[in-house]
Amino acid sequence: MTQARDEIKIGGLGASRKRVEDNRFVRGKGRYVDDIVLPGMLHMEILRSPLAHARITSIDVSKAWQIPGVRLVLTGDMMAARNLAWMPTLSYDTQAVLATDKVRFQGQEVACVVADDPYIAKDACEAIVVEYEPLPVIVNPAQAVAEGAPVIRDDKENQPDNVVFTWEVGDKAGTDRAFAQADVVSTLDLHYPRSHPSPLECCGSIADFDRSTSKLTVYMTTQAPHIIRAAVALVAELPEHMIRIVSPDLGGGFGNKVPVYPGYVASILASILLERPVKWIEDKTGNLISTGFGRDIYLRGEMALRNDGKILGVRMYTDSDHGAFFSDAQPSKFKIGLLHSAFSCYDIPVAHLVNRGVYTNKAPGGVAYRCSFRVTEAMYFQERMVQAAADDLGMDQAEFRRRNFVRDDDFPHRTPWGFLTDSGQYGKCLDVGLEAIGYQDFLTEKEEARKQGRLLGIGISTMTEPLGAGNSREYDILGIKMFDSAELRVHITGKAILRTGAKSQGQGHETTWAQIVAHELGIPAEDITVEEGDTDTAPFGMGTYASRSTPVAGAAVSMVARKVRAKARKLAAHLLEVSEEDIEWELGRFYVRSAPDHGVTIQECAIAAYSNMPDGMEPGLENVAYYDPPNLTWPFGCYIATVEVDPQTGVWDVLRVVAVDDCGVRINPMIVEGQIMGGLTEAYAMANMQFITFDAQGNCVGSNYMDYLLPTAWETPGYELHEVVTPSPHHPIGAKGVGECATVGGPAAFVNAVMDAIRDTGVRNIDMPLLPDRVYEALTKRHDVSGAPPVRTDDE
Amino acid sequence: MYPSRFRYESPRSIDEAIALLQEGGGEAKVLAGGQSLVPLLKLRFAAPELLVDINDLPGLGYHTVDPDGTTRIGALCRHADLERSTVLPTRQPTMAAAAPLVADPMVRNRGTLVGSLCHADPQGDWASVVTALGGHVVAQGAGGRRSIPMAQFVTGPFQNALGYDEIAVEAVIPAPHGKPAGGYLKLERRVGDFATVAVAVAVERSHSVVTRAGIALTGVGGATINAVEAAQALVGHPLTARTIGDAADLAARAAQPRTDHRGSAEYKRQVVRTFVKRILTGVNEPTRKAA
Repeated sequence: MTQARDEIKIGGLGASRKRVEDNRFVRGKGRYVDDIVLPGMLHMEILRSPLAHARITSIDVSKAWQIPGVRLVLTGDMMAARNLAWMPTLSYDTQAVLATDKVRFQGQEVACVVADDPYIAKDACEAIVVEYEPLPVIVNPAQAVAEGAPVIRDDKENQPDNVVFTWEVGDKAGTDRAFAQADVVSTLDLHYPRSHPSPLECCGSIADFDRSTSKLTVYMTTQAPHIIRAAVALVAELPEHMIRIVSPDLGGGFGNKVPVYPGYVASILASILLERPVKWIEDKTGNLISTGFGRDIYLRGEMALRNDGKILGVRMYTDSDHGAFFSDAQPSKFKIGLLHSAFSCYDIPVAHLVNRGVYTNKAPGGVAYRCSFRVTEAMYFQERMVQAAADDLGMDQAEFRRRNFVRDDDFPHRTPWGFLTDSGQYGKCLDVGLEAIGYQDFLTEKEEARKQGRLLGIGISTMTEPLGAGNSREYDILGIKMFDSAELRVHITGKAILRTGAKSQGQGHETTWAQIVAHELGIPAEDITVEEGDTDTAPFGMGTYASRSTPVAGAAVSMVARKVRAKARKLAAHLLEVSEEDIEWELGRFYVRSAPDHGVTIQECAIAAYSNMPDGMEPGLENVAYYDPPNLTWPFGCYIATVEVDPQTGVWDVLRVVAVDDCGVRINPMIVEGQIMGGLTEAYAMANMQFITFDAQGNCVGSNYMDYLLPTAWETPGYELHEVVTPSPHHPIGAKGVGECATVGGPAAFVNAVMDAIRDTGVRNIDMPLLPDRVYEALTKRHDVSGAPPVRTDDE
Repeated sequence: MYPSRFRYESPRSIDEAIALLQEGGGEAKVLAGGQSLVPLLKLRFAAPELLVDINDLPGLGYHTVDPDGTTRIGALCRHADLERSTVLPTRQPTMAAAAPLVADPMVRNRGTLVGSLCHADPQGDWASVVTALGGHVVAQGAGGRRSIPMAQFVTGPFQNALGYDEIAVEAVIPAPHGKPAGGYLKLERRVGDFATVAVAVAVERSHSVVTRAGIALTGVGGATINAVEAAQALVGHPLTARTIGDAADLAARAAQPRTDHRGSAEYKRQVVRTFVKRILTGVNEPTRKAA
């Protein structure tokens, strides 16, 4: 008990310590890429394609060169001359850096101008004359596979059509048998619309090549600096030790800052050619129309059911739209991320999934937008299918879930598509959620309201998701295994610096990593500096995305602190003049087992490491740990929303949202709650307003914040948060990932609630976003409203 | 923000401002709140040669109600001034209802009512409100001042009736003759989004009988729509379910919505109908946010 109190006092595990990074952020003292000014720095702008699919017949840059202050104009041909017109993607495809033959999506990079200031660079971009010969445009998977569809990737050999890949997992024959035995087969067609992670800070870089030292320093917006260093070494054929990637403060990432973008590459080449620092800062439109998007998958889902509510088997047939280049950021082994983690919380004997990925004339990407590689789509499909199945059986939606949950004593449990879940209390989480929302009372209230013509609804979404890629057996990106690292150096006075291979972009690593060290070593968290993002100083790691920081880098922090503690124990034995076996550890202090008052603090051990080490011991108190997790972590989330739909306008208001999260041991409960609230807000946004769509010509609708809507504090509902704690059985401190749970599980709760409210219409589905007019259409026309929101005009 | 190059002037008098506009010869733009103009500059959709910033002109930040009941809004009166106004809730309830629904708090701190009228965005809020209230715009040029009725001030999408060397210095709402009531309802997907549909309704009543009515529609046509027939259907009668229903149907018919990603034409008409009904049914209740 005392130890727990002491631990809170030093900012250890469980302390809702204020975020130390906020000290500079709230004062406007954050240092983002755009804040960095180097002597002699030039500015780069990108000229983008106005058309979604067109052959480039000519590019005339002569007028741009005539503008005073223009230093360089780069085109695809100039890149091609240096073998840099194309670059490899994170998914073993290629992507154009600057277009040479044709443009394949609206907003594609066509030329770059480097000038003395960004105004001149922008003027010069406007002076470039590009002639295009328009080609037929493909904006969805159905068009992509249609007979006679134009081949988008005619640059590739052996690419006769627009299919990127077909990927299959599960037991087809077994699933067929399960369906043959079903009492009821429930089917549902769904679309998860394309959206954009949209960090407030757009992408950007400053490339600084110093000819005298041959060193290239790149300040850039990246969630994974070490992967970038490796990529630059390979693409630009520069020696890796002469490349330094620095990712300074990041204004959000959400998966958008994992891939390599043409702007980075062009700024690097420009700096090498000009031997001056070159800054490229993307504008909001550039970010929204050209960088890594999320989602854009169509589903045909089928569930084999027994009359008593048991799920016998599941089929998922999905079509994913990857845009013009397959540059999804995901583990190599899995073509459509971890989509096959769907249904992991349910005890389902057999399942089969087939995904077909296609090229379209849309921006490339397919990043893990606040999720562990397509898990958001997996869980949305799962929970919408579950609600439809409960409806088809006439069963209560909570009861149907409870009957199919994996039970607490069934772990470890092999999921139908091969994952191994290891822990959870699914039924308890659901109970906590139902109790908090007042489930039975709400059903009564809803029935009363119904008699008065008011439409109330309740939606449930429960899921476990695979967070913390990876283990090195199964997870790698471009062959590099997905482990992570931490390096801890305790200074002579007992203060310390910790560096990891992760990269915070809002998650609060500077706060929470120090708390893990405090927990392991008893050094107060405020005595520990945390540093990330500089490849010259940080140990090699795979970066931060897919909720992997705490499961992997966080575990490495624990392990390195334990290594340091092991050495400190030897120092303590030396200082206490007893053998190591006679020493006990309590938070921050070693003592002699037989004489507990006789002890030394960790700080005293630190001084000794530099001033009084035993003979033969290497001086210093520091270490490094590379951590390869034995499994993913499996948090659980139960999200319940209640809504009221206005029958005259289709507008729906959220009445209450209850979230029950089991993310294992919470390092900093305040930060965890902040992550859950942020996640729920993105879930609400996805269900309600946040989508990117395209017209028939491939014009992007959603290219600025007037069209691409992020919810504000005004419309964001209030959240009621609850917790259940089931520690991860393998993580050193029992923690699980959590940053993305609510984004992943939340959308289905909102959609299920609206569908529940309009249940009397018999409508089975409205695809997201549930814009008021789509809800009104379902209410009045009594039919499903499917697909991406059309950009309809009267002229069509 | 990297707009095209422009010259910037900050005159200290209206005469000086008008002289600058004449000098600009049609290539000059007036900068007041800048909440529409600056985004246009940023996107390079607008590239004026000269910006005439009128923010330093004295004495234009007012909004007042004259002894005879006429309401005047100066060219530098911000949306936020109207939102926090103590006179509007009793004297101009339709304006009071609309003020907090204009864009978002940041835009309201800078943007101006008169600037919004000049911008003539079919999705702008104030043009409908001033139209429903039968207001006009006072323009000042080298030759002096003239009044332009709101119904003639907006000449098309993003087009107004000002000469290139005129400045809109004031919006005027005539004094009501009966007891004023009304409201403004707006369907937007998010705070700060442009209206999918918005409806302004203003009525004046004497002994429960409507003596004057105005209904104007935002976002459902190429310009602000003045639903004259709908308003006329109310005049001479008390507000009853039947007259309200008739006005709502006529307003829906007057709408000329286009189907787009905010909704179908049919849906937008339905929202017009619903909003007219809701405002008139609840004219004596405070207006709430509709969506």
